[in-house]
Amino acid sequence: MAIKVALNAQVFLEDSPSPMDVPDAIVQRPGLRRKKRWGEDLIRVFLLLSGTLSIFTTLGIVYELGKEALLFFRSPEVSLLEFFTSQEWQPTIGKFGVLPLLTSTVITSTLAILVALPLGLAVAIYLSEYASTQARSILKPVLEVLAGIPTIVYGYFALTFVTPILRSLLGRDVVQIYNMASAGLVMGILLLPLIASLSEDALYAVPRSLREAAFGLGATRLETALKVVVPAAMSGLVAATILAISRAVGETMIVAIAAGSGPAFTFNPFHSAETITGHMVRISGGDISYDSMDYNSLFALGLLLFFVTLGLNLISQRIVRRFREVYE
Amino acid sequence: MSHYPEGKPLQDFIAARRRRGRVSLLVFQSATLISILVLGALLFNIINQSFGYAAVSYRITPATLVEPGMALEELPEDALIAILQQHVSTGVLRRLESEKPLATRSQQELYALVVERVLDPTTQKTWTLYDTLFNRKAILAERDASYPDAYLEFRSWLNPRFLTSPQSNKPDLAGVRPAILGSLMTILITIAFAFPVGISAAIYLEEYAEENFFNRAIQTNIANLSGVPSIIYGLLGLAIFVRVLNPLTSGAAFGLADPATANGRTILSAGLTLGLLILPLIIINAQEAIRAVPSSIRQASYGIGATQWQTIWHHVLPQAMPGILTGTILAVSRAIGETAPLVVVGASTFVALDPSGPFSRFTALPMQIYQWTARPQDVYRNLAAAAILTLLLMLLSLNATAILLRNRYRRRI
Repeated sequence: MAIKVALNAQVFLEDSPSPMDVPDAIVQRPGLRRKKRWGEDLIRVFLLLSGTLSIFTTLGIVYELGKEALLFFRSPEVSLLEFFTSQEWQPTIGKFGVLPLLTSTVITSTLAILVALPLGLAVAIYLSEYASTQARSILKPVLEVLAGIPTIVYGYFALTFVTPILRSLLGRDVVQIYNMASAGLVMGILLLPLIASLSEDALYAVPRSLREAAFGLGATRLETALKVVVPAAMSGLVAATILAISRAVGETMIVAIAAGSGPAFTFNPFHSAETITGHMVRISGGDISYDSMDYNSLFALGLLLFFVTLGLNLISQRIVRRFREVYE
Repeated sequence: MSHYPEGKPLQDFIAARRRRGRVSLLVFQSATLISILVLGALLFNIINQSFGYAAVSYRITPATLVEPGMALEELPEDALIAILQQHVSTGVLRRLESEKPLATRSQQELYALVVERVLDPTTQKTWTLYDTLFNRKAILAERDASYPDAYLEFRSWLNPRFLTSPQSNKPDLAGVRPAILGSLMTILITIAFAFPVGISAAIYLEEYAEENFFNRAIQTNIANLSGVPSIIYGLLGLAIFVRVLNPLTSGAAFGLADPATANGRTILSAGLTLGLLILPLIIINAQEAIRAVPSSIRQASYGIGATQWQTIWHHVLPQAMPGILTGTILAVSRAIGETAPLVVVGASTFVALDPSGPFSRFTALPMQIYQWTARPQDVYRNLAAAAILTLLLMLLSLNATAILLRNRYRRRI
């Protein structure tokens, strides 16, 4: 059979003209030539435009934030040096020092990471190394639900549940009604599913053979997890953490509700202090008038926030690309 | 070999390692348990605040209006009208009559009117569901001591009246109808904008784009955009849609502007802003769905002479649709809960009228929650909890739709 086919092919090859000498009659038959299809080209252009919209979005963000921020820094009341060194942010008396907003952003984000990182990693290790298929099928949806809850709901939770608990545990004179601690803790819970699912992906991608080699050497499950799997997935874990930090810095509604309004230069997490995002929400609520000092400062703060989060995201991407261990 | 422990030290060493393993398993399990407990606490807290006793005082108590054994809400229309005529001043009555004649109003409308104009309830104090169930004695004692004139009523803060009434200065009469409608209209615009554009971009990147600098730039850019904080999108919306495109987004260019406001802080601006916000998510999800379509399907289609677009439209897209729809709905549920961009774009905090179209000022459910949460009085906490329940139910039904749609499409292929 095979021989027959081969023979036929041979015959076919010998009979068929080589591409060089296709009879002119065939080339000139209009149906076989590559036809210009305007409809397809039009669709292609539309698709390309949709793709480029994302570039325009980025350009729009950079241009608008940059333009208004420039107006802000050009105004006589503000100097760049004062912006980064002054410890007071009081727009009404013309004091624009970003430090109080920055410190509270750093404090809430740090607290959030302190909660989310250990918990998230533990959950990820449990899910990837210990949990049975059945346990996974229950736990993963729980994490997805946690990740799908709007941040405003977390804000409500912080103010009406966590803050009262903190106040009754530590005393009402220690913990203020609005405080950074409760906002940070709840933000940690918000970040937990993000860290857990990204880390779990990274751990799960480590090939089984590595684990089996470790077991073969007599390592316990814990030793395998901590000394073989976690180091192998380190790039993914670090990237997940950095992504979580970037989310924490940009997170808005939890801090706007629970961390308090009014910038304050304090390092006490139980005191109220406004973060960058919290301040932006407060001053933009209501009809903010164009080209006012508030309006321009909004964009200057936005630019700062944009660069910080973009930088963190880029670092996270680079780590994944640069330090990824590739296994066969 | 001489350093290797033997006998009892070896046994102890192994036992210690095993113990460490058991302890850390316990640690991992408790971390997992904590995340489940937190989810439980969050839901518990919201339900706890949504139901419970309330001490309510009335301007005119309901019992004096009806004969014993009758319930006010079950009275027929003419009896309710009689009550209104008896207790409401003629001026107000005349105004109500000119808005819509009393005789033509339904029983529910009349009852709502009686509650608003005659009973005029004021909630003095509210208790959580937990206290209501387990601390009844303490509540009764507190009521007797502090609010002797008030009636103790069990309230479900999430109720039909709450869902269908507009916002009000009085927490007892406030509802979320304009907020729900505002949210729905905003989301419709978001979907109408982001769904086609997002899928087009995904098709371009997966099916047409060659590997070159420009297309790589688009891809990297989309990944970065998905990490930009939502409040920045709010700023972009404020600068572009509200300010620069003011004539378009206020509807002035079409002669449709809302005369009361006539600025760009409209549903259209908010919808487009949220659209930009979820665009990267839609694109990334749709790309994954399109990539998962086996290339043999494309080859087969080309083999029978289909053009590239015919192949995409008739073969690739239908195959990828379940994945695309799931991704889109996940993105949309994120947009529904977004608050920060709406605050910045300028959703109003107090709107008692339903939005009339894409060019009207509006509020949205998360905005309403934010506004109520920010108030210090307890009763607003209960209202916010009820609004959160509404929002979560909306998200739940949306996700259920996603699952249904996915199953339906899967069967058809």
